[in-house]
Amino acid sequence: MSDKIRTIIVDDEELAREVLKELIAAHPEMEIVAECGNGFEAVKAVTELQPDLLFLDIQMPKLDGFEVLDLVGDNQKMAVIFATAYDEYALKAFEVHAVDYLLKPFGSDRFEKALQHARQRLGGTSAPAKENLSELAQAARAPGQFLERIVVRDGSRVHIIPISKLDYVEAQDDYVALCSEGHKHLKQQTIASLETALDPKYFLRIHRSYIVNLERVAKIEPYGKDSKVAILNDGARLPVSRAGYDRLRTVLDGKG
Amino acid sequence: MHPLVSRPRQLALYVVLWVPLTALLVYIFRASGLTNQEAGMLLWLLAPIYALMCLLAWYPCRATPLKTAGMVRIMVTHTAAAVIIAGAWMLLAMAYVSGLVLLESFRHLGDHPNLFKLIFGSGVLIYALWVPSYYVILTLDASAQAEQRLSETKALARDAELRALKAQINPHFIFNSLHSISALTTINPAKAREMCISLADFLRTTLGMGEKTVIALSEELDLIHRYLAVEKVRFGARLNMDEQVDEGSLTCIIPPLLLQPLVENAIVHGVAHLPEGGFINLRAQSDAERLVISVENNFDTDYRPKRRSGIGLANVRERLETRYGKSASFQAAAQGDRFRVDISLPVERSAA
Repeated sequence: MSDKIRTIIVDDEELAREVLKELIAAHPEMEIVAECGNGFEAVKAVTELQPDLLFLDIQMPKLDGFEVLDLVGDNQKMAVIFATAYDEYALKAFEVHAVDYLLKPFGSDRFEKALQHARQRLGGTSAPAKENLSELAQAARAPGQFLERIVVRDGSRVHIIPISKLDYVEAQDDYVALCSEGHKHLKQQTIASLETALDPKYFLRIHRSYIVNLERVAKIEPYGKDSKVAILNDGARLPVSRAGYDRLRTVLDGKG
Repeated sequence: MHPLVSRPRQLALYVVLWVPLTALLVYIFRASGLTNQEAGMLLWLLAPIYALMCLLAWYPCRATPLKTAGMVRIMVTHTAAAVIIAGAWMLLAMAYVSGLVLLESFRHLGDHPNLFKLIFGSGVLIYALWVPSYYVILTLDASAQAEQRLSETKALARDAELRALKAQINPHFIFNSLHSISALTTINPAKAREMCISLADFLRTTLGMGEKTVIALSEELDLIHRYLAVEKVRFGARLNMDEQVDEGSLTCIIPPLLLQPLVENAIVHGVAHLPEGGFINLRAQSDAERLVISVENNFDTDYRPKRRSGIGLANVRERLETRYGKSASFQAAAQGDRFRVDISLPVERSAA
């Protein structure tokens, strides 16, 4: 790591980036390594450049700020400062261990304070986030609100999977494989944390390693002595545990 | 549900009213030559039974409301009901009397020539006495319901107005604009001043519009231009607005802030999510009767608006309904990467 604080600015409005550039310019120890106008650019820049500090807008085209963190959050050393006109995301921002939350419009006083927090984080004088940032970003949802789409990164490419196109989820060690329209996308997340983020009206954990989109289930068939297998519309066969079958019965009978 | 059964106070009143009715029956029976003892023996049982039977009169009343049912239908229904109820009462009385005559003291009941005609006749009379009371209850209920509906409608209209006023200015729009101004102060002070003025113009016009119930379309367009002047600084070349409004439409009057929220929606959910920029097309056309307006924008098909985004549209729709009822129409639909809102309303022009 060089001595300079390598910084990336992410904001879709040019003027908002200008404010940050001007404030950063007063600090020779800081270096702006990239400026991004949308979430895709941000994901690419952060994965390639591994900055120390990230200024992140929330409402942006393509990917919002939280989705960007979800995708790049495995870089635990990076300090994140949100900058937005929306105060309602503050709680969520601190849940993903942002070091600060700048409300637009902000001036140099407030900026300096945020920078101080970031330095503490980077210098290790404040406890760094132990948890995986992306895990936290995924967990940071208001209760009763469920995911509407899932973002997955494949190298520097980003896939957006709308929840309605998610067929089933398969646990694979530390990853989950998200199956959508015949493709499997790997994402670093536990199946348990993904389960809580999905609307139980449409998604059900039918096995220790499987969550299924209920609308895709064509039929359930017996398999072996006391287990079952779920057959999906596209022909995929998923194991159903006994507990999973009980849950499935409850849901389907309740609907019936 | 029978109204008397569900309302204990009215049921009590019903029971109390049966005291004079029973006295009336005693009087009639006595006048027709029965002894006190005979009338008492008959009515202690027959009067309470008939009190229960007369509860049934409610149903023919409800089935033939005074306002909608014809006179003939009302007469026929009640005549039939009276005959059935009083007849049933009479049959019960016959069974009772056939038992009573076995007793020594009531032997003579059987000799009374017109006993059952008398019972039937008094049954019809009492039925006829109840019918008006039931109609009174029905009328009172109906007017109470109508009043409640009216106050609900009023409350809805007021709510819609209030929400409209609150929604006029989106605070994030102001904060983002102020942030842009703060950026411009060092980069381009002249432009910062210009943007301050645009923002002030927009705010002043918007606040002033809260007091008016209608404005000319041209005034609404002015407001939209002021709004766009501010947003143009933020979004720069990403924001493209095309406007085609025919001459005659300009003087049509509409509720204030009907279109500005639609343009704002187009920016917040369209342009703001398109890194390469987006467009907004506003069209207005009118003939002698209808004013037809459409606002169309493109959007990122990957972007899914959050739940609260529907509020702006619902607000516009509600305000149209409040003011025009069924004579205005509102349609919002996405097709491909286009989102389009169509409004059609009756042409009104200001008196001036």
